[in-house]
Amino acid sequence: MAADDELASRVGSFITSKTGASAVAISGLRRLTGGASRETWSLDSTITHADGHDETLPLILQRDVRGAPKELSRPMEFALMRAAFDAGVPAPEPMWMGDETIGAGESFFVRCVEGETLPRRLLREEVYAKARDAMPAQLGKALAQIHRIDPAKQGLAALPGPPASVPPAEYEVRRYEQIFRMIASEPHPAFELAFRWLAARVASQRNASRQRTLVHGDFRIGNVLFGAEGLRLVLDWELAHLGDPMEDLGFICVRSWRFGGPKPVGGIGEREPFFAAYEAAGGGKVDPERVHFWEVFGNLRWGIICLSQARTYLDGVSSSVELASIGRRAAETEWELLSLID
Amino acid sequence: MHDRPTADELLRAVELLLDDQLVPALDGAAKYNARVAANVIRTVRRELQHEGRQLDAEWRGLDLVLGAEARPPGATPMRQKLHERNEELSERIRSGDADEGRFRELVLAHVRDTIHAKLEVSNPGWIDG
Repeated sequence: MAADDELASRVGSFITSKTGASAVAISGLRRLTGGASRETWSLDSTITHADGHDETLPLILQRDVRGAPKELSRPMEFALMRAAFDAGVPAPEPMWMGDETIGAGESFFVRCVEGETLPRRLLREEVYAKARDAMPAQLGKALAQIHRIDPAKQGLAALPGPPASVPPAEYEVRRYEQIFRMIASEPHPAFELAFRWLAARVASQRNASRQRTLVHGDFRIGNVLFGAEGLRLVLDWELAHLGDPMEDLGFICVRSWRFGGPKPVGGIGEREPFFAAYEAAGGGKVDPERVHFWEVFGNLRWGIICLSQARTYLDGVSSSVELASIGRRAAETEWELLSLID
Repeated sequence: MHDRPTADELLRAVELLLDDQLVPALDGAAKYNARVAANVIRTVRRELQHEGRQLDAEWRGLDLVLGAEARPPGATPMRQKLHERNEELSERIRSGDADEGRFRELVLAHVRDTIHAKLEVSNPGWIDG
């Protein structure tokens, strides 16, 4: 507990220096999640401004362990959320990058928004009936807004992505095949069949899939905040990259992200109205065949991520029972892949 | 021969402890991890129940796809040899042999059976879900 009090006091001083407030009180500091590499905290700050009025600002702090591996640097993720928030995307509002007083690794603060994140609640609870109806179209619109952000104009050109000469589909398939060859302990004939299927289509779509935009990279139910009325925030921006916008539309259709729901888009929506909302919000023409390609890729990618999470346990990097057991979930994606590519 | 409880009976006791005592008593991450642990116990129990039959079936399936081979005695050499045969099957797929035709049909049917077997152990609800 003493360590938490110490962090609260350092956060208070930090916010004072950032806002020029005459006083800042921190309350309710608690850790929401913590992994081997990243911690998420929530807290309330009460900021007393120089003119005497009080402002209550609920915050989320994300903090890395020093030297933890990650896909995006924190300043890049911060800049990305800033660009998304300014473009009207329902994204977390970035407040400040943290400094060395907040933690040894990189950190940032975003404004905390109330809401629910558990997919099973969205799919099953009566209170979210309206949200289930509204969200497919809201997700389509949010995705269109994300894809319309111009990475070059927003200082996001350094995001990971394929070199100009390589189509995004070819690049992503090759990248995940390399990861798969590096980490898999056992042969996976179903994944081999999927790689053959994807390779055949990468070749025939070489021109069609050359288009590249900002891609969220982890766009699915499970990475959004919602309320009774529907979508509130698109979260988890750390896998963002430059690529084919159809990648995000395919990924949200992956069966693992339907959480037992009957419909293809996150378990709650049909493809057509989701695509229509995306196009109506200026997201460009949807190519269902390319979306299907990315859905197949999304299943394969999630399957490979399952293997890589188990790898951290097998290599002794983590002792988490969750990471260990996720290794057996690869079979779910293999099953789905077999029916998608037959 | 070991005394009773059998391996399955011992695991059942751990499963009950997790489900009936630890999960209800815990909160947050510990509660979540206890749920995951109970599911792991269920997976292991199903694996113990099905493993002999599943290894047999996988061997016979590979005989149909790759040609019959003599079966090594004992579970450990069997697993090792299955690994090698699956490497061979993967190599055949990578080289394009299963891109079309009769061999593709054989491979798809066999691979579907093996994934079905994996899911019978890891998540039976996924098969018809």
